[in-house]
Amino acid sequence: MHPVEVTFDALLLFSMVVLAWQGVHARNMFRAVVSFMMFGLLTAVAWVRLEAPDIALAEASLGAGLTGALLLATLGRLGPERRGPRRRRAMKLSMLPWLALGLVGTTVLLAVTLSLPAPGLGEAVLAAMPAAGVDSPVTAVLLNFRAWDTLLEIGVMLLAVIALWSLGQDVLASTSRLPAPALPALVRVLFPLFVLSTFYLLWRGGHGPGGAFPAGALLAAGLVLALLAGARVPERMRGAPLRWAVGGGLFAFLIVAVGGMWAAGAFFAYPPQHASILIAIVEIAAGLSIGVMLTALFLGGEPTEVRRGRT
Amino acid sequence: MIMMAGTVLIVLGLLFFLSGTVGLLRFPDVFTRLHALSKADTLALGLVCAGLALHADDGALQLKLLLIWLLVIVSGATCSSLIARAALAHGIRPWQR
Amino acid sequence: MSLPPGTLFLLASALLFAIGTHGLVTCRHLLRKVLALNVATTGVFLLLVTLGRSGTTVDPVPHAMVLTGIVVALSTTAVALGLIVRLERRRP
Repeated sequence: MHPVEVTFDALLLFSMVVLAWQGVHARNMFRAVVSFMMFGLLTAVAWVRLEAPDIALAEASLGAGLTGALLLATLGRLGPERRGPRRRRAMKLSMLPWLALGLVGTTVLLAVTLSLPAPGLGEAVLAAMPAAGVDSPVTAVLLNFRAWDTLLEIGVMLLAVIALWSLGQDVLASTSRLPAPALPALVRVLFPLFVLSTFYLLWRGGHGPGGAFPAGALLAAGLVLALLAGARVPERMRGAPLRWAVGGGLFAFLIVAVGGMWAAGAFFAYPPQHASILIAIVEIAAGLSIGVMLTALFLGGEPTEVRRGRT
Repeated sequence: MIMMAGTVLIVLGLLFFLSGTVGLLRFPDVFTRLHALSKADTLALGLVCAGLALHADDGALQLKLLLIWLLVIVSGATCSSLIARAALAHGIRPWQR
Repeated sequence: MSLPPGTLFLLASALLFAIGTHGLVTCRHLLRKVLALNVATTGVFLLLVTLGRSGTTVDPVPHAMVLTGIVVALSTTAVALGLIVRLERRRP
């Protein structure tokens, strides 16, 4: 590798480690959260350095953007941190075994990596690509070879939404005291762009970096921005329509999976001549549903049907 | 020649980034810091994007760079205004000599 | 320098995991614990993808796993934050 690249990587990773430490141990909670958001942004750059653009897209919008919005919203709802007596010396002493553990772990990791059989599953995936129905290896793994994992993952998200909704009504923070005309104006300009790029990423997922996860993340980012600018879930969307939107991805996924069982004899076995179209259906349904579910996670509770949620 | 001009633009942009960062570190309160950051960084990003566009040989790529710059202008201005409003709402008075 | 490629990333992932688990155990504030958990998760993700690069071809399976993992981590974080807010309200 070129020395410049090595230097860049070293700087990037060093800042990530420092920010991670700040994000956990900063004196002020707000500073911790902001450090963590910056850590997320740098992580997205690290994914680019690791030649993983799909993950970088998802990380930039989820790890830095949406997680940050969630954390800041939570911070606003919590009171100030009640500090116990500070025990600096004890903390430093307790660091030592961890440091030792980290060093040992790193050495073991290095040894393991160097002794691993090199190719991993890359060759196997490449060999199976002609039958996958899409050109992008990551999308093929997500929605064809290991579609089962993705199904369960969407199930986990749905469970998270259900868990949050069963905790109570939505707890959106009240609007700020000073009117901010710039934000709604910005959202009016940007929201169509968010929708456009969501569908662009969905379409692109078939042959390049993109697909359901980054697209859903982007859609969620747009919706959360609209929520922050003062938009609320429309009255007629609450209740059944919203629930269908939240559960739709899993539902479409299951229908395609069971259909595969009926047509080709196994759960998630796509008939090869229809694989592309089936994957496209699943991808669009999953992407939109992931977007809505992420927004629902941000809402923090079910929007009430009759009256507005507490603000 | 065009490559050369692109490199010059990028270096110029980096200088503006540097000055914005110096302002962020040296200025006394949140409003003056915003003043330094928002202007210097927007111009710096514009210069870097222009330089990269000169290096790029693809029309679509140049359009994307332009789009990036426009989006950052819009969102950066909005963010600065929001931060300033939040600071005012928290009772931070602008710094006076 | 003849370090094998990815050494820096492996080192960083180990450090991040250590910072995360250390914070998870030592921090008292629940929000800090959630942040620490997220840091540790990122360390694991970095490890997975870096290991997937050791061959001649880029292995897409770890990429898919990490994409799934990011979304699951976000869901976990959201539920944890929701629980923390309710817990704080319940407290006298």
